[in-house]
Amino acid sequence: MSEALAGPLVRVEASADQRLMRAGLWLAGAFLLLALGLPMAVLLSRAFEDQAGHFVGLANFATYVSTPALLRSAWNSVWTAGLAMVIVVPLAFTYAYALTRSRLPFKPLFRAVMLLPILAPSLLPALSLIYLFGNQGMLRWMLPMENIYGAPGIIVAQVFSTFPSAAIILSVALATADARLYEAAEALKAGRARVFATVTLPSARFGLVSAAVVTFTAVVTDFGIPKVIGGQFPVLATDVYKQVVGLQDFNMGAVVGLVLLLPALAAFALQRWAEGKRAATLTGRAVPLVPKARLARDLPLTLFCLAMAGLLVGIVAVAAWGSLIRFWPWNLSLTLDNYDFGRFDSSGWGAVETSIRMALATACIGTAVVFLGAYVMERAPRLTGLDAGLRGAVGLLATVPLAIPGLVLGLAYILFFNHPANPLGFLYGTLAILVLNSLVHFYTVGHLTATTAIRQLDPEFEAVGASLKVPVAETFRRVTLPICLPAILEIWVYLFVNAMTTVSAVIFLYGPATKPASVSVVHMGEAGQASAAAAMACVLLGVAILAKLAQMAVGGLTARATQGWRQR
Amino acid sequence: MRFALIAAGLLAALQLAEAEAQSRTRLTVYTALENEQLAPFKAAAEAAVRDIEIVWVRDSTGVITARLIAERQNPRADVVWGLSVYSLLQMESLEMLEGYTPAGAEALRPNMRSDRSPMTWTGMDAFVSTICFNTAVAAQRNLPRPSTWADLLDPRFRNQVAMPNPSSSGTGFLTVAGWIGSMGEANAWSYMTRLHENAQVYTHSGSAPCNNAARGEYGVGISLDMRAVTLRNQGAPIEVIIPTDGVGFDLEGTAIMRGTRNLDAAKRLADFAVSRPAMEQYGRFYALLAMPGVDATVRNYPPEFAQRLVNVNFRETALQRDRILREWSQRFDGKSAPR
Repeated sequence: MSEALAGPLVRVEASADQRLMRAGLWLAGAFLLLALGLPMAVLLSRAFEDQAGHFVGLANFATYVSTPALLRSAWNSVWTAGLAMVIVVPLAFTYAYALTRSRLPFKPLFRAVMLLPILAPSLLPALSLIYLFGNQGMLRWMLPMENIYGAPGIIVAQVFSTFPSAAIILSVALATADARLYEAAEALKAGRARVFATVTLPSARFGLVSAAVVTFTAVVTDFGIPKVIGGQFPVLATDVYKQVVGLQDFNMGAVVGLVLLLPALAAFALQRWAEGKRAATLTGRAVPLVPKARLARDLPLTLFCLAMAGLLVGIVAVAAWGSLIRFWPWNLSLTLDNYDFGRFDSSGWGAVETSIRMALATACIGTAVVFLGAYVMERAPRLTGLDAGLRGAVGLLATVPLAIPGLVLGLAYILFFNHPANPLGFLYGTLAILVLNSLVHFYTVGHLTATTAIRQLDPEFEAVGASLKVPVAETFRRVTLPICLPAILEIWVYLFVNAMTTVSAVIFLYGPATKPASVSVVHMGEAGQASAAAAMACVLLGVAILAKLAQMAVGGLTARATQGWRQR
Repeated sequence: MRFALIAAGLLAALQLAEAEAQSRTRLTVYTALENEQLAPFKAAAEAAVRDIEIVWVRDSTGVITARLIAERQNPRADVVWGLSVYSLLQMESLEMLEGYTPAGAEALRPNMRSDRSPMTWTGMDAFVSTICFNTAVAAQRNLPRPSTWADLLDPRFRNQVAMPNPSSSGTGFLTVAGWIGSMGEANAWSYMTRLHENAQVYTHSGSAPCNNAARGEYGVGISLDMRAVTLRNQGAPIEVIIPTDGVGFDLEGTAIMRGTRNLDAAKRLADFAVSRPAMEQYGRFYALLAMPGVDATVRNYPPEFAQRLVNVNFRETALQRDRILREWSQRFDGKSAPR
């Protein structure tokens, strides 16, 4: 009798977990639909309408294709993004490899420096490049071409700005390795190259594909850099800007926005393909890998990291110096006046406060949403039919934001949230909509980081938990969360710093009392106050560095408790 | 005890101020004015119309116009104060502007106010396209000082000229419209074709040519008058040249948004915007004002400035805008990476 009862009981318990996970999945789906799917649908439907709102089918596309600039812009976007990707991924891989698989000294420092480019608004590297390589630049003699404006400038600046995202993803991918595989390889007398090709690379494959996809799409959709340093070199993202801001033609803007989604869809397919080949690297029996000292590997890697870190610090340092001078390049005397923001922009230092509040909210809410979303997506057991379809849809939606230019997302938010019939209209013009927008805008990298971290955990952990009748929430709290803590902290910082520096979407959404500092930076730059713009960019950078230090402190304090098992 | 009294007094004063603030109608005003204009304009308006409070949303012309049009179904702005007439005409054609003839608007120059009755917009001041000429770069590279647009065709200016892309920037468009207005369309295109030989870059932002000319990236930036003054005050070796062979100009204007929830207050602000005290405020920054007979106090404008303005028919030009821009794109847009 008791035997007969025990069976069904276990099943009931398992299905309670399953219900919880399914509910989570539906919740994640509903959130992404509301904050991303519907606004984008409203905007993209404009691609099929004329200015007056009548349905015109594919007429806008026909007009667009007949514009000679299209193919050129599309090709320019693809080749600059491709080239930037080919440069960034190996650099980021080497850097991440050094961080995770060598005895590189001062690892936390190198880890922090790696993030510098995303800690500062994009105007900062653009200004630096002008100060260094512009026509009056300090290092202009080093330039092989006549000037930096155009494709060379775009590629250099994009390599700089996408390096952190790629490096974060790859260092998470490389962070967890099973030492037994390496021991086995050594016992089998496999050469180093062979071990690298058969053990290291396959375990990082998903991370590599993600990093490549993130870099490529980020370059294709970014318009800030082409706008400042691209000269008149046309790319798809500046075409969107031209249509939306120059011509106020939202229909055409939507058309180009749709074209921009194509690379993202291709990237999504690529990721699915990589997923098919993946396997959990960290099984329940895994033994963490501790790199042994080996000079022949450590010395070159250390030198490489020093060079990379030097470049990153140098670019930021030039801009920091630029914030302290009176007027580049004619009056280089030092001053602190540029930090008296009230003189240049009526919101003054208040904008910095707005930014901090917005970034804190984005990071705290966003980390929970992103990580839980990725978790239920990855771990919801035995999905069938509708649920499996839902998982696919959530996965797709989570990958899409990366491919949406901020401008398009901002416009979509106006059209959707400002609609008189939208019950969420009260959000419009408040800080909440800036938070929601930033959260969604930067969803993808956080999602990929979380997914990469979760996938390296053997589902066995949950299976064991289930068989011990431990609720999945408990397993999540006591196993998944602690093991993934480094990744979670990375996501928090990533969201925080991006919310501090984002411009392109929020420029359409801020209200009279909620103007963020990143927008002030652009305004001061536009008004010809380059030094003041650099100064505020440096303040944002300072805040971001503080956030990063806080993350490192938290990570360090909890490492003993949560990551101790990695040591043998 | 004394402390408590002071505190009570302060509290009462605070409450009074708050009560006054609450009794005032809060007007959301969208604008593309320069930052340094916001505080004086707000103070002047609130002093003249005591029961309103202005809250600004300021951004570049393109961004503000895009926001206004995107918000069309549920307007968030009550009033637009300080926006290009081309944007206002575009909004007028979308039926976004409330018809209202502000008291005293008939006194404005006829070409600087709406020709509808009731009016849909009123002008404030004119701003013109100018040449930002970097004298330090000129000395380095031996460039002559240009005083006309035609001077820019000199081969010595090869790769030294930057101008805003008219598809991305209102400044770029008003410059092109000015050339078409002064030279006639056919000549304007051939002028631009020759200027293209000297152009280093067409930027996406209207202020970038002047900002970068100030940094010495190139010798000549075609931009707006206002911008150059700011840069000069910071110590940039910039000379502001208003070409003598005719310049295109644009108006800044005021309009009430249809659908505003504060129509009465908006009308009072619109009345103020065409009044003499308001014009005197505009005159601190711009030389040519919508109201004749008001003395502009801004310095550094050539005295015969008004005569150099090309006669532009704004409505006509606005209607031609799409065609002109398409033509421009086909001829020059991204023809090649910078040479």
